[in-house]
Amino acid sequence: MNRKTTTLFALMVVIALVLGACGSPTPADSGDTAPIVETVVVTVEVPAAAPAPLPVPPAGYGVTLATVLERGVLICGVNSQVPGFGYIGADGSFSGFDVDYCRALAAAIFGDSTKVEFRAVTAAERFTALQSGEIDVLSRNTTWSTVRDTELGGNFVHTTFYDGQGMMVPTSLGATTLADLEGGTICVQTGTTTELNLADVMAAEGISYTPAVFEDADSTFAAYAEGRCDAVTTDKSGLISRRTVLANPAEHVIMDVTMSKEPLGPMVRHGDDQWFDIAQWTVFALISAEEFGITSANVADAKAAPASPEVSRLLGNEGDLGLKLGLSNDWAYNIIAQVGNYAEVYNRNLGPDTPTYIPRGLNSLYTDGGLLYAPPFR
Amino acid sequence: MATTNPQTAKIPVWRDERILKWIAQIAFTVTIIFFAELIFSNMAEGLSQQGTKLGFSFLQGAAGFDIAETLIEFSRSSTYWQAFLVGLYNTLLVSIVGIIFSTILGVILGVARLSTNLLVRWLSAAYLELMRNLSLLVFLIFWYLGVFLKLPRVKEAIIWPGEIYLSNRGIVFPWGLPTETASTYRTILLVAVLAAAGVGFVLHQRGKRTGKSPLTLLWSFGVFALIALAGWFFLPTAPYMLEFPYVDGLRIAGGKTFTPEFMALASGLTLYTAAFIGEVVRAGIQAVSRGQVEAARAIGLNGFQTLRLVIFPQALQVIVPPLTSQYLNLTKNSSLAIAVGYADLFYVSNTILNQSGRAVEMITLVMLTYLTFSLLTSLFMNWYNQRILLVER
Amino acid sequence: MTHATVLLRPKTRLTPAQWIRRNLFNSWGNAILTILSVWLTFVLARGIIVWVFTTAEWLVIRTNLRLILLGQYPIAEVWRIWLSAAMLSFLIGSTVGVWGWEKTRPVTRRIWVALASLPLVFVFTQTDSTNRLWLAALSILAVAGWFLGRPATRPLRRIVAIGWFIWPAIFILLLRGLTPEEGWLPLVGTNLWGGLLLTFLLTVVGIVFSFPLGVLLALGRRSELQLVRWFSIGYIELIRGVPLITILFMAQLMLPLFLPTGLTIDRVLRAMVGITLFSAAYLAENVRGGLQAIPRGQFEAAHAMGLNGIQTMGLIVLPQALRLVIPILVGQFIALYKDTALVSIVGLLDIVGIGKTVLAQPEFLGLQREVLAFISLLYWVVSYAMSYVSQRLEIAVGVGER
Repeated sequence: MNRKTTTLFALMVVIALVLGACGSPTPADSGDTAPIVETVVVTVEVPAAAPAPLPVPPAGYGVTLATVLERGVLICGVNSQVPGFGYIGADGSFSGFDVDYCRALAAAIFGDSTKVEFRAVTAAERFTALQSGEIDVLSRNTTWSTVRDTELGGNFVHTTFYDGQGMMVPTSLGATTLADLEGGTICVQTGTTTELNLADVMAAEGISYTPAVFEDADSTFAAYAEGRCDAVTTDKSGLISRRTVLANPAEHVIMDVTMSKEPLGPMVRHGDDQWFDIAQWTVFALISAEEFGITSANVADAKAAPASPEVSRLLGNEGDLGLKLGLSNDWAYNIIAQVGNYAEVYNRNLGPDTPTYIPRGLNSLYTDGGLLYAPPFR
Repeated sequence: MATTNPQTAKIPVWRDERILKWIAQIAFTVTIIFFAELIFSNMAEGLSQQGTKLGFSFLQGAAGFDIAETLIEFSRSSTYWQAFLVGLYNTLLVSIVGIIFSTILGVILGVARLSTNLLVRWLSAAYLELMRNLSLLVFLIFWYLGVFLKLPRVKEAIIWPGEIYLSNRGIVFPWGLPTETASTYRTILLVAVLAAAGVGFVLHQRGKRTGKSPLTLLWSFGVFALIALAGWFFLPTAPYMLEFPYVDGLRIAGGKTFTPEFMALASGLTLYTAAFIGEVVRAGIQAVSRGQVEAARAIGLNGFQTLRLVIFPQALQVIVPPLTSQYLNLTKNSSLAIAVGYADLFYVSNTILNQSGRAVEMITLVMLTYLTFSLLTSLFMNWYNQRILLVER
Repeated sequence: MTHATVLLRPKTRLTPAQWIRRNLFNSWGNAILTILSVWLTFVLARGIIVWVFTTAEWLVIRTNLRLILLGQYPIAEVWRIWLSAAMLSFLIGSTVGVWGWEKTRPVTRRIWVALASLPLVFVFTQTDSTNRLWLAALSILAVAGWFLGRPATRPLRRIVAIGWFIWPAIFILLLRGLTPEEGWLPLVGTNLWGGLLLTFLLTVVGIVFSFPLGVLLALGRRSELQLVRWFSIGYIELIRGVPLITILFMAQLMLPLFLPTGLTIDRVLRAMVGITLFSAAYLAENVRGGLQAIPRGQFEAAHAMGLNGIQTMGLIVLPQALRLVIPILVGQFIALYKDTALVSIVGLLDIVGIGKTVLAQPEFLGLQREVLAFISLLYWVVSYAMSYVSQRLEIAVGVGER
């Protein structure tokens, strides 16, 4: 692999030289070709440093972490169109639940939650971006499904948000069940599980409808807002957050219908188990911190005087759990101190004080009747 | 370029042009093959890591999604391949509609551009300059979001005379619903077309022999209309019943609905391409020498006759090649349907790509399809050019 | 024809009434057309004016102007864009000077003067003093460039020409930055490039890189080496046969798979690769047209003088051919500029992509017409200006012909 990279690079240089030489009678001179060579050099340097394999583990093990550390920044694929999950504000910065997961991961790796670069990826390109290594982790309200876990070359880390597909209609329509939408037009985004679920459910219930399919969330909801369709469907979380940015949220109602299970969570590439572990235990650290009542405000005190041996291990006072993951021992401490625990992340983006309020529901700790349950830290 | 020196024998091997050329060719080929090999092995490696293999068998899998506008039968249990065909037919439909209307509008604009009326000339020039400097994608999005989706909602639909409903769900026309005699009538229509063609051919031959203008088109059309009308009234029940649209619950039922996506794409492409066709037509007309026009006037032809009998036949030779490439552009530009949500070839393929994760296969398939359109067009072009050359003698 | 008119129509001054009669009402048909046109113009103009000045809500543009123009480019580094613009302004000024100010027609001169003073107009719309200074600098540098270029000597022309070829490289380097962090010129990630800036950048890169590639392909298509020729023909026809959007999708989705594992190319760079590969095929065909127009005598004369194949091509034929096709190439570059909008479909935040995110802002919902009209205007102005320059070039090239 490395040999190929080198030859490819050499060939590119040769071609650049040829271009320069052949172009000489024309004014298109080496001045133009220089940047090509330059950019190529920069991109090639990354893999050259990457293969530093540990003695035993299989190929790929540890490569991602090494690359990320070498680069000095984590690259995270996120959404830019769903307020509360991944969104670009007017000042150009990213915010949201999925975005904060990336910050937590950066805090775990670098001890600095700002060392993360966000890439807004479209629904179409998200898996390719992950496969090709353009992003290190995909955190873009992506539904966990069999095909995606196998054929698309990625592994879902863990569910960070339990969701279900819902349907939003204008209040004036007076529709309460799917059957009320008989003959109507339904807006849906292309390339999503939502699109497939819609077809499944409507066929199963024998309701005839016309889909109006759009390329991205913005277009889908813009069309809905203009009355192009009678209803719009996506994950309930998406509906709730999107309803807040409609012209008059009170005029729209989310029907009391759940059309599918939608476990959303981050995804990493096949083939690097260490990276998978890091990404997964970052989720568990967030959940456990909430379970133990550790917040960004009291984490320093909790570290100074741990309430239980497990808290002590989580925060790196005892044992070497962080080192086993290939991180520093205070990784979880950094996550909690800089990003907070699950509840803090949730409330910051989706809590009662935000415009995108979604009740915790299934996303509560198992002790509160939810589904959040982290394995023990030991 | 370089002609071979007759005294090749005396030139040493390393300066012999023929040998050098062979070496260059071989080096070139090796480089290309090396690159191709590199790309394919990388791709194979990457795909095998993900555990997938290249192949088109996935096209037989169930699509699982619905498509709103289809010319053929399609449901969620149809295959990916059928979905692809739906897209292909939709592309053809929007292209053909676009080509017909942009040609009409383009010819009008081109002629107007050279009108003796100053205001008409200016208006046409202004339109051409406006359109030719816009980005088609932005125009299409504007046209869709800013015009078609801003039409009133279903309940407040504008009703044009003749029961045409305009709303942001689409434009609904009254449409003929076939009755039980429709298939018989279709046969009658076929007969009418054949008869018209026959009459046209005979008249055309006679016109060639006698040199008189026999009004071929008029007679042919007359024959066609006569048979068609006679057939309509001869049948026991009318073959088509006009069905008027009406508001039914959430939708407008009856009639023929053209969705805003289709309308925005077809009309947007038409308006945009017409500007380029207008320019082509103008250049073609201007290429006809002034003397021809004056000669036509001198023998007493009026303005329209001059245009039809003298200018157009000659201008056509100049116009057809660039016109064909505009048609091809329109077809390729119809791939921007993705921006307005019309289920064309590219958009459907994009959906298939997303649902199946088969990027390489789908992109290859789409590119090959468009390439086929292009090759067919250039074949037609070559045939047409040769035909024109023959006519010229 | 001109002769005939001169003979038939003695030069008389027409009264307005006569003029209108002659141009607008010289026949019944024309009279009807005129009335229809007047009505159409009136309706359209009234509709547009009413919308622009009363109905439309332009606040969305004013609030998001920076986002639309520069994307998410960090505010602290905006000076780099200003600097590049200043250099460009100087370059344009000196080009106008070098081109031969004396030979320029008065109308054209007035247009240049208007262009040079345009930034000064914007000075008054700005509140930020740095922006004002930069705007003023743009005007001053344009005039300075013009003044310095006026002697129009051969070496000066050469310097200006070289300047045009160096500028894109400087522009890209400045934008991208050199030092990793906290340095003098920190890197600005391509994920922050957006808005009109990205559109311009994609165009500039597309032009600069497709040029050599296109010329090579054109030469390859006329090469005596069969394999080279077949390859060139295959490439050109393949690319010209498919829509740009498929090439962009290929660049975004397939290119990463073509590269060895671990080697990744930035997505902006991938779009650039796609645009360059696409544009090169069209450029090759245009250059080929120019090559075909060069008479055989030129080749033969060059051979007679003892030049070999490469020298003949490089020194004699290609320069002439390229000069012939300059106007067509400018036309192609305009098309390229308009086509860059397609990168918004593959998720880049160029003007159209940014426009879409602006449309999703809660406070500005439903303002599609305003945002899209403004973006259209940006496209229209630049593309019209370029096509105007191309027409002037056509004349200039024609004049230069011996």
